[in-house]
Amino acid sequence: MTDAEIKALILELIGEIAPEADLASARDQDDLREVFDLDSMDFANLIVAIHDRTKIAIPEVDYNKLFTLGGATAYLRDALSQLNAGDA
Amino acid sequence: MSDFKMPALGADMEAGTLVEWLVRPGDRVKSGDVVAVVETQKGAIEVEIFQQGVVSNILVPVGERVPVGTVLAQIDGARGAAPPPSIEPAIAALKPAPLRPIVAAPSSRLKITPAARRRATALSLDPTMIVKGTGVEGSIRLADVETYASGAKLAQRPAKKGLDLSQMRQAIAAAMSHSKREIPHYYLTEMVDLHAASTWIEQYNAEKSPVERILPAVLFLKAAALALREQPQLNGAYENGAFTPASDVHVGWAIALRGGGLIAPAIRDTDRKSLAELMAAMRDLVERARRGNLRSSELTSPTITVTSVGDRGAESVTGIIYPPQVAIVGFGRAVARPWVVDGRIESCPLVTVSLAADHRVTDGHVGGLYLAAVARLLQEPEKL
Repeated sequence: MTDAEIKALILELIGEIAPEADLASARDQDDLREVFDLDSMDFANLIVAIHDRTKIAIPEVDYNKLFTLGGATAYLRDALSQLNAGDA
Repeated sequence: MSDFKMPALGADMEAGTLVEWLVRPGDRVKSGDVVAVVETQKGAIEVEIFQQGVVSNILVPVGERVPVGTVLAQIDGARGAAPPPSIEPAIAALKPAPLRPIVAAPSSRLKITPAARRRATALSLDPTMIVKGTGVEGSIRLADVETYASGAKLAQRPAKKGLDLSQMRQAIAAAMSHSKREIPHYYLTEMVDLHAASTWIEQYNAEKSPVERILPAVLFLKAAALALREQPQLNGAYENGAFTPASDVHVGWAIALRGGGLIAPAIRDTDRKSLAELMAAMRDLVERARRGNLRSSELTSPTITVTSVGDRGAESVTGIIYPPQVAIVGFGRAVARPWVVDGRIESCPLVTVSLAADHRVTDGHVGGLYLAAVARLLQEPEKL
């Protein structure tokens, strides 16, 4: 997946959790929890949704790396490449 | 014959709009069946019946707003079943509307698939208007709903409203004003060491897949529920000048709605559920509360309320009791602070737990013992 595709996936999943969210307003440096008013349950559901769609089981200790859109994109890019390398 | 009435789905509810009937005359119903959808200031609520029998008359048509206590339908051969604890409207006593049958012809039970029912609800469509389904034994399928929805008849049905946040704000204001005016609150707080709980939950979650992991709020919820076994005077209802203790612990879990508003549906038998079950119940309730898909019994059965502000909230929260309950427990945001452990100062995760309780029922001594029990229970998370 390209960075653009990862970003689109993250925003799509957030859109399912917070349907009223203005997804177009998200910038890489913004804290997703602040911008989209995600609480602890919403964020936990986002992690579950990412796992369902990508098979990446993000450890809880890494959650803080996904707080921003840019951080989440970079984290998933690396995790996906590791996953693909493992499959190869 | 017995009456099925518009329930009071909270101390702040005066009236509701019948937006959908899920049964028809002639249908057999049993306790716990969802028979109607009612629009309230808290959104659309699925209303359950707590009688058993056959629906004989439907008295209130879809689209009509009626006061709490109005007879909505009549049930033939009704046998009693214990309804959940009722909450009388606290704001005004309203006179029920007169009875007038609108549908009386007996017919068979509505057969409709779950997907079709959900779609019909989403479209504000009364599925009983679909004369014949194309599924097994004439059951209504999703395709039947779509076909019907595309027809002109849909325009004749009253629309199911979305959640009106200004109405909800008025309802909250009315209930909380009543509470602050009538209930002599007392307030206590306790700073609780979360080191053991944090360590335990970290290890627990590390071994689980994302969907199996739990939030710290689940530990708070369970500890708050278990502590009520030691101080049952905080669990129940104060009505007509007297306190009635509840026999079970059904914690109302406060859920913030998007865009504003708050609702606290019950997690039944909170003290008897495992942590995994509580997490699943919490996840389900949050999703349904925000989608506007709660059930009437979930709004009428809480015996106490617990609120947790989460990791983006304030350090402490002091609640206002939701009548006729007699206590509300609050958990602030967990913070790292210097703390004395075995005579040494350490950085420790702490949470401020608060209790607002009704002085007509308990005193600060009971409240203090309760908070001490919550704190003690959180030191042994593996036993929760």
